[in-house]
Amino acid sequence: MAIIVLGIESSAHTFGVGIARGDGRILANVYSSYIPRYGGILPREAARHHYNVAHKIVIKALKEAGLNIEDIDGIAVALGPGMGPCLRVGAFIARILAIKYSKPLIPVNHAVAHVEIARLTTNAKDPLFVYVSGGNTQIIAYSHGRYRVFGETLDIPLGNFFDTLARELGLPQPGTPYIEMLASKGKNIIELPYVVKGQDMSYSGLLTAILRKFKEGIPIEDLCLSAMEYAYAMLAEVVERALAHTQKRELVLAGGVARSKRLQRIMKLVAEEHDAIFKVVPDEYAGDNGAMIAWTGVLCLKSGITISPEDSIVRQRWRIDEVDVPWMQ
Amino acid sequence: MDAIRCEILAKGAEAVIFKEIWYGIPIVRKVRMPKAYRDPRLDRILRQRRTINEARLLYDARKLGISVPAIMDINLDDTCIMMEYIEGVRLRDILNSMRHEEVKSIMKRVGVMVGMLHVNGIVHGDLTTSNMILTESGNIFLIDFGLGMHSDDIEDLGVDLHIFLRALESTHTQITDICFKSFLSGYERIVGNEMASRVVDKIWEIRARGRYVSPELRK
Repeated sequence: MAIIVLGIESSAHTFGVGIARGDGRILANVYSSYIPRYGGILPREAARHHYNVAHKIVIKALKEAGLNIEDIDGIAVALGPGMGPCLRVGAFIARILAIKYSKPLIPVNHAVAHVEIARLTTNAKDPLFVYVSGGNTQIIAYSHGRYRVFGETLDIPLGNFFDTLARELGLPQPGTPYIEMLASKGKNIIELPYVVKGQDMSYSGLLTAILRKFKEGIPIEDLCLSAMEYAYAMLAEVVERALAHTQKRELVLAGGVARSKRLQRIMKLVAEEHDAIFKVVPDEYAGDNGAMIAWTGVLCLKSGITISPEDSIVRQRWRIDEVDVPWMQ
Repeated sequence: MDAIRCEILAKGAEAVIFKEIWYGIPIVRKVRMPKAYRDPRLDRILRQRRTINEARLLYDARKLGISVPAIMDINLDDTCIMMEYIEGVRLRDILNSMRHEEVKSIMKRVGVMVGMLHVNGIVHGDLTTSNMILTESGNIFLIDFGLGMHSDDIEDLGVDLHIFLRALESTHTQITDICFKSFLSGYERIVGNEMASRVVDKIWEIRARGRYVSPELRK
């Protein structure tokens, strides 16, 4: 019998529970997202939302998979990176389940999980990953026992850049699809700062400059078009260099912003220029979800990676390159 | 066109470098190529900006008396720079077979040149021994300021030297220490002890950030 792991994700606005089987089948993927009434995520409010929905989501996931908690071989949980108050909800629920039902507790890194669900669902072997979401923007590839970072944002992540921009322009959240929609009606590219330093990009200066142009009365469609093209071009340049450097033969787009059609087209062109195969994570596994934690939990459990509940503290800044991934060898 | 195209000298991710004869003089034409993945309008803006940036850095470095190719012309429509062709050998190809005394003296002179750039707020951006040419008369030229910028931020200067050290480690493995020590002695003479140690400390800080540390060291 293949092992079955239940995974809990709560690092930001989404409380998600997924159930994955050892053969790579996802048996359940259920979630509930906190939507701020105004502005960005308030970690404590998000945490309260997570507490309120947690038990319902766990039960719903088990029901979707047609399983009882006794059928589960391990409880996986995202311990970081993410927002402390949010992460602690997931950790708390996972510890309770592990202790009450005597299941092994499995510590999962949220970034590793995004990368692993992308690898599973795109059937990629050893690609270069472009991981873009509201909380992270990193170019990642496997080397010598760990996933290594070959470029990242120096300040705000790409998804956060679009969300903040959308909010300031009076557009709904999450911002990326609305920015992309308006960008398709844009006519002119305006002059803006383009900041790539070595293998890193910076988006905060671009954001400030666009908001200044907004006050000057530049049409919102042109602003959205320019914002998107500059932001994606910066990313693409770094990805191109990382692809040339690592010589990986596959390029995989992962994370919530992977849903962007324009970004998909750009990355496909970058991949083609370097004879790499382009793949993108399916929409349902692009944003934060429990299934990715469950699946990474399966990989960890097979490699004997577990943690005792008393040691399972959350780590808000747990970097992907601090995590050993023995299953990649 | 009055130029006679001779050969392609190099083909990078960003630009193609041609050797041409221009009114009887050998020159280098660096052409920035369009990128299919960028919006064509943005692509144009970026290529023009970078052409201007590189030309300006070359001009500023030359004003400081540092040996860099002289600019003959720039053309923003074709995003190309025409510059002096430097006849000589790349340090990359000869350093490993040189006597240690010679290596030391050359690296010290490179250190002086980079020190001059840094005290004057110029970051080269791609310091490798492939971008250093030794001429027959014994002069050393610095080429390819394509990734350079104007900055006096210690972080940027530190990254500049970090890139150089990494290049030495990968292409001149046996003599990395000799090279870098001699380089630093020349560098220090220009920028002074205090600034030199701040920049060097920055190198280790950059490396300690993790992803720059080689996989072997991290185990």
